[in-house]
Amino acid sequence: MLDPSCPLEAPDGHLASPPLPIQLKGLVYAAGSKRVIDGIDLTIESRRITAIMGPNGAGKSVLLRLMHGLITPTTGDILWAGRRMDRLIARRQAMVFQRPVLLRRSVAANIAYALGLRGVERYQRAIRVEEALKLAGLERHSATSARVLSGGEQQRLCLARALSLEPDVLFLDEPTSSLDPASTQAIERLLLDAQRRGIKVVLVTHDVGQARRLAHDVVFLHDGRVIEHQEAEGFFADSRSEAARAFLSGGLVL
Amino acid sequence: MTDIIDAFNTAFGLIVTINPALVEILFLSIKVSLTAVVIASLLGFAIGGALAVFPFPGRGALSAILSALMGLPPVIAGLFVYLLLSNMGPFGVLQLLYTPTAMIIAQVVLVTPIVGALTRQACLDLLEEYDEQLRSLSASSSAIVVTLLWDGRYRLITAVLAGFGRAIAEVGAVMIVGGNIDHITRTMTTAIALETSKGNIALALALGIILLAVAFAVNAALIGVQRLANRWAYA
Repeated sequence: MLDPSCPLEAPDGHLASPPLPIQLKGLVYAAGSKRVIDGIDLTIESRRITAIMGPNGAGKSVLLRLMHGLITPTTGDILWAGRRMDRLIARRQAMVFQRPVLLRRSVAANIAYALGLRGVERYQRAIRVEEALKLAGLERHSATSARVLSGGEQQRLCLARALSLEPDVLFLDEPTSSLDPASTQAIERLLLDAQRRGIKVVLVTHDVGQARRLAHDVVFLHDGRVIEHQEAEGFFADSRSEAARAFLSGGLVL
Repeated sequence: MTDIIDAFNTAFGLIVTINPALVEILFLSIKVSLTAVVIASLLGFAIGGALAVFPFPGRGALSAILSALMGLPPVIAGLFVYLLLSNMGPFGVLQLLYTPTAMIIAQVVLVTPIVGALTRQACLDLLEEYDEQLRSLSASSSAIVVTLLWDGRYRLITAVLAGFGRAIAEVGAVMIVGGNIDHITRTMTTAIALETSKGNIALALALGIILLAVAFAVNAALIGVQRLANRWAYA
């Protein structure tokens, strides 16, 4: 446990260290009478790729949105290195959605826009935009309208935009679910690279193969509850729960 | 039938000779409507954007009222502004009644709901797609409004042109607050109404043809803008 008296904040108002681990305590999210997230206690450690898996309707996307602060839990707490979500912590995060959301502007302007919102100085933006485009292999599309890119390129741009913010934590909600193998591979390479640079990656995925390729640990959700949370190797070799075994065998058949 | 042929001849004559009276009322019409649309657009963008993004009590009711006011009859807008500007009204001291300024104010009242409601809808449509992504990027509510307005720019141009079409074509509001005074507040539409009632059908029709030409030009511009938007950005 972190000493609560130890300030995370550096004197300049920025976070001195990444706001990790993420601790979920008695987390509940109810939509009407249905408890989509039904009492989750979970600790997600830093510097690795965590995959959140589970069948449709298990609450994976909702869990991701709760952690990212896009929706507010009905009850329970989410702590970032012992501290509740605030503006500073929010600014250390980024998220890539299942369907790429791109502004009606050029490829470069999409990244510059995000950097502007996060308070990056104008003169630094051009450099960071160029770096991000290079990383994603989109340099030659810099001036193209973002909305005419292919699906794979759009998602790569979304990921490049998220990475350009240099987040401590990156959330992804089934980022490759509608992409072809080559585009999927490009995204996965970027994620592994990001993890190596110290970014915490939390990934919701249906794709068992993808989880095997990327994840260090797996959280298996079912009906809004955590059924299993263990190291990836152990999870895939010998999952403890019936539900996870059924899910994995089903997944491998496809 | 001869009336119509006469009208075309008269219209053609007025245009090719650059009839100074015609030029005067055409310019006043365009000046009044253009000024009103610029002011109404700035108001409408702000109102529409704010209604789409900022949550506050009564937002739904206000949005419904704004939409309903899109169909505000021009004479009602004129009457409302007349009451405000007449000597008994709160702004009577300004002595604005029967001036082009009064006509601009009346048309602002008429056009702002059109631009506002269309802006709100354009912003809401975009917001459905953008909301989570923008909040994920830590955008403030006012930053979200600016983003929606900019990314919805092609639809906003459509809203502005719709507002201009309404302003240039209406007669009720400018008639009531302007008074159709020759050389001061006579516009295309009030002149048409006057010439018709004087039995000067050919001249009225001629003015009508010119007014229609302006309306067509506005519509052509509208379609052009939409084509451009589609080609550039799948907007």
